[in-house]
Amino acid sequence: MNGPFDFTLSLADDALIAAQRLAEWTTRAPEMEEDIALANIALDQLGAARLLLSYAGELEGAGRDEDALAYLRDDREFRNVLLVELPNDDFAVTMAKLFFLAAYQLPLYTALAGCADERLAAIGAKARKESAYHLDHGALWVKRLGDGTEESHRRMQAAVDQVWPYTHELFVADPAAPVDPATLRPAFDEVVGPVLAEATLTQPGGAWAPAGGRAGVHTEHLAYLLAEMQVLHRAHPGAKW
Amino acid sequence: MYGNDFSAPNGATDEASGGLLGEVEAAEAELRAAAARGRRGGPAPDEDLAAYFAEVVDAEQKIEPRDWMPDAYRRTLIRQIAQHAHSEIIGMQPEGNWISRAPSLKRKAILLAKVQDEAGHGLYLYAAAETLGISRDELVQLLLDGRQKYSSIFNYPTLSWADVGAIGWLVDGAAIVNQVPLCRCSYGPYARAMIRVCKEESFHQRQGYEILHTLAHGTPAQQAMAQDSVDRWWYPSLAMFGPPDGDSTHSAQSMAWKIKRFSNDDLRQRFVDMCVQQAEILGLRIPDADLRWNDERQAYDYTQPDYDELMQVISGDGPCNRERMAHRRAAHADGAWVREAAAAYAAKRAGQKETVAA
Repeated sequence: MNGPFDFTLSLADDALIAAQRLAEWTTRAPEMEEDIALANIALDQLGAARLLLSYAGELEGAGRDEDALAYLRDDREFRNVLLVELPNDDFAVTMAKLFFLAAYQLPLYTALAGCADERLAAIGAKARKESAYHLDHGALWVKRLGDGTEESHRRMQAAVDQVWPYTHELFVADPAAPVDPATLRPAFDEVVGPVLAEATLTQPGGAWAPAGGRAGVHTEHLAYLLAEMQVLHRAHPGAKW
Repeated sequence: MYGNDFSAPNGATDEASGGLLGEVEAAEAELRAAAARGRRGGPAPDEDLAAYFAEVVDAEQKIEPRDWMPDAYRRTLIRQIAQHAHSEIIGMQPEGNWISRAPSLKRKAILLAKVQDEAGHGLYLYAAAETLGISRDELVQLLLDGRQKYSSIFNYPTLSWADVGAIGWLVDGAAIVNQVPLCRCSYGPYARAMIRVCKEESFHQRQGYEILHTLAHGTPAQQAMAQDSVDRWWYPSLAMFGPPDGDSTHSAQSMAWKIKRFSNDDLRQRFVDMCVQQAEILGLRIPDADLRWNDERQAYDYTQPDYDELMQVISGDGPCNRERMAHRRAAHADGAWVREAAAAYAAKRAGQKETVAA
């Protein structure tokens, strides 16, 4: 990656695509309280995405605002990690994705809050408080499902196994970035290990580490997500909403 | 940062809800005043319970969960509050249908927050119903079994983005007109819940109005989208006030108990009068060729909605009844293993605590 624009855009896209996936749960959650909680987290991610996209647009200096960046780029121009674009699948998979993403975003935003770029620092300071809540929520469900019933344990272990390979992409080194993702790995491991242990779950091994999102090479899922998200905006070029 | 980050256009301020927010605040003040006046602590040991109940209601004091109340009053309230709660939960679906496709990130955030508010309304209405001696689980089961209803308006489809605006302007607008008088309902927990719900609904109505205002002042395609939406939602919204007064089964008794304060037709008229001016500001046409001011009545004459269609939708044959119920049942069934896991986990934790305590 090069420059603060790419870095900011990559964080924005993580948050935006995570929000779009989480919002898919609205009216479908296992409990009404959870419907509200998932909407809350989606709103937090969307809020962070909007701040980051707006700032990315300013850094680029080509006149693109948050909506131009969200609605008028194709999948090859999106910079999010693959983890966030994976389908929601069952509630266990969604919680595995939420938990791992929050365990990455919390140290990321914390580090960002202390970085030299004032705008990114302010966004980081705001978003880290929200990430702390996301992490609590995700961790609680990982424990509940892992150490709940036989069925929930089976599903939660399968979800962790399924999602785990995609966590490696979160920490691909980028020494020139305001925060090098590689430096966040220890904080992630410190949080994730004990929660999985308490949840009676096994931390997966294996060397498979799918990646490519940061370079715009995605899974097959992203183009469908974008097709749905962008359809109305693109059908009315130049319209105000 | 979400939920309120837009400014209302001209004409979309207090007048958008027809000054109803003022009435909500008045009801809240009245509620406080009634609480301050206090009422007799309870009936004397040899006093007639029904007479005491009537005295409290007549004095505009609130009936509270601990009070004796006629069985029919309790049943009526459970039915009405549950139906209201179910409507909030089912009502999330038609608007939720557009969250993923909202045309700007700001609109997406506002809509997501709005649908979330509705889940919140559902929860505190279920809590209000629970004060009458029935559990939320039982009520949810009654909904899933089709033994309790929700508002028939949510059995219409949202076919365009403008429908999100029309639901806010017309459906939430009609809901507010219906619900503002409930802020003065004789049953305390329901009155208090309604004050909170109405304040948020008034905000929802404004955002719907604002969506339509933007579309109506947008491109020709957006204008057409807005008009088409008002054309489809106008009459179903009028039908939300229920059958005409002559055919309404529950009205008279509910009025006597001060659960209900105005008749269906009175409220419908109030809604029509409120909408006409707003439609003019929006630049949208209300699809009623016979809509005109009646100087004698000091109100608008208007065409009644198709009540046969209303009855058909209520009885289950609206465009989306089957889908709405199938969706809710599927969410409930798919979540069963999660709820079981949460219960099992909580039980294990409780067991561990006991062991530690021992």
